[in-house]
Amino acid sequence: MQIVPNRPMGQAGATFGDLAAQVIGIGKVFDSFRALQDVSIDFPRGELTSLLGPSGCGKTTTLKIIAGLTEPTEGLVMVHGQPVTGPGPERAFVFQDFALLPWANVLRNVAFGLELRGVPKNEREEIARRHIVEVGLDGAEEKFPRELSGGMRQRAGLARALTVDADILLMDEPFASVDEQNRRKFQEDLLHLLAREKKTVIFVTHSIEEAVYISDQVVILTRNPGRVSRVVRPEIDRSGDFDELRRSPAYLDSVDEIWNELKNYLDDEEHVQ
Amino acid sequence: MTLYGHQVPMWVALFLWFALWEIIGQMGMVMLIPPLSSIIVSFVEVTTTRSFNEAAWVSLQAFGMGMGLSLAIGLSVGFLMARYKIVGEVMGMWINIFESSPISAVVPLLLAVIGFGMQTMVVTVFLFSVWVIALDTQVGVQHVSRSLTEMARSFGASRWDMYRKVVFWAALPEILAGIRLGTIRGVKGVIIGQLLIAITGVGYLLETYSRKFLMPQFWALILIVFGFAYVISEAISYVERRIAPYASSR
Repeated sequence: MQIVPNRPMGQAGATFGDLAAQVIGIGKVFDSFRALQDVSIDFPRGELTSLLGPSGCGKTTTLKIIAGLTEPTEGLVMVHGQPVTGPGPERAFVFQDFALLPWANVLRNVAFGLELRGVPKNEREEIARRHIVEVGLDGAEEKFPRELSGGMRQRAGLARALTVDADILLMDEPFASVDEQNRRKFQEDLLHLLAREKKTVIFVTHSIEEAVYISDQVVILTRNPGRVSRVVRPEIDRSGDFDELRRSPAYLDSVDEIWNELKNYLDDEEHVQ
Repeated sequence: MTLYGHQVPMWVALFLWFALWEIIGQMGMVMLIPPLSSIIVSFVEVTTTRSFNEAAWVSLQAFGMGMGLSLAIGLSVGFLMARYKIVGEVMGMWINIFESSPISAVVPLLLAVIGFGMQTMVVTVFLFSVWVIALDTQVGVQHVSRSLTEMARSFGASRWDMYRKVVFWAALPEILAGIRLGTIRGVKGVIIGQLLIAITGVGYLLETYSRKFLMPQFWALILIVFGFAYVISEAISYVERRIAPYASSR
């Protein structure tokens, strides 16, 4: 395991071509409340980066700024070397509450991103069917979101993000509304999928175990105001069995290290109160 | 409906009421309530008269035009009130006042201003129905889930697609409820307007029948108006039920 302190922009070890996205000194003020202060993060191409932190640390705000759904008060987001001014086709978002159209079946929901881009019906449905199979939802094409479990809804949300073939997947606590057993299965499926699809993923979570288990890089954020406290690279060998992985020293050390980091801030807050 | 633990179909209740009505009518206790059988006989009589057909046609025209106006203005004002805070603030209070005020009181004023013609009936229907349509549309559009609009935006939806493919469908249950309530009020509006104008339409016919104590004809006409309002409201309810499953899971 290797721990990298939060570094200012320009000193990143990676050259620009290796970065899919870069957040440079962003801050966000809502009314008079400061949610984010001077957040800089590099997102290496093809890696899964988790944004981890307690509620209120601004991790979802950071993700929405990267998505172009929220404007930063200061700072800049670069995606493939271009500054972000709004949503773009190279980024696809997976929502915590799935955000499926309740009046449309799974097939139309999964194809909806392509529908908005004006892809003809036959073509977009063919692509959607392929991704429905890929996320393990085959047979549910004609079902409506209300007929699906939380896990299945999120698979539909993921399939929708995959159909638009964006290089960067933005996932906002995608497994938070999914029960524990399904979450593990889902995490494993996601890793298998990413191994095939070669995407850059930015993943928001508040679960340390989840972050360590799935991430190449974990960015720890703290609150009041939200800022980067540390970047941890778990360096876990994911080639073996998933259950073994969860017992490996590298995995457990990373979990401990992150927990200690976050605990400092919890203690700080108790002293203040 | 259950009675002593037995399942009884709904029409039994209706049948019992009709039977009671017939008995009271036959006993001749209350002059204003003729037996149901005589009402049914005059049903045929009323609907075949020229005066009824003319009255029905005038009323339908007034109703249709008034509702058309209500839908066009109610839906767009409601939408603008939800989308633009300033419009909501400027219009909201007035629409709420009119929505809960007795519009009938304004009709005589309308007579004085725009006369006894078709315009007055159209405006009456409009004034009865437009407010609830605007308010329900506003509520529907305001409460479209933020995550759905963010989702559409994140996939690059144009403004037009956002309204057409997301906002409209998400707001549809409230919009339909508003249209159903507005339509029922529109039926009231056309009848009340004509009663007050008292020279035209179904309202005039009702006035004539009651003045001449033609009670079977009067009741037959009342039942026709009830039936009309019921059929329209049921038709809209049918659409509402079709979309109900997603309305509750938004």
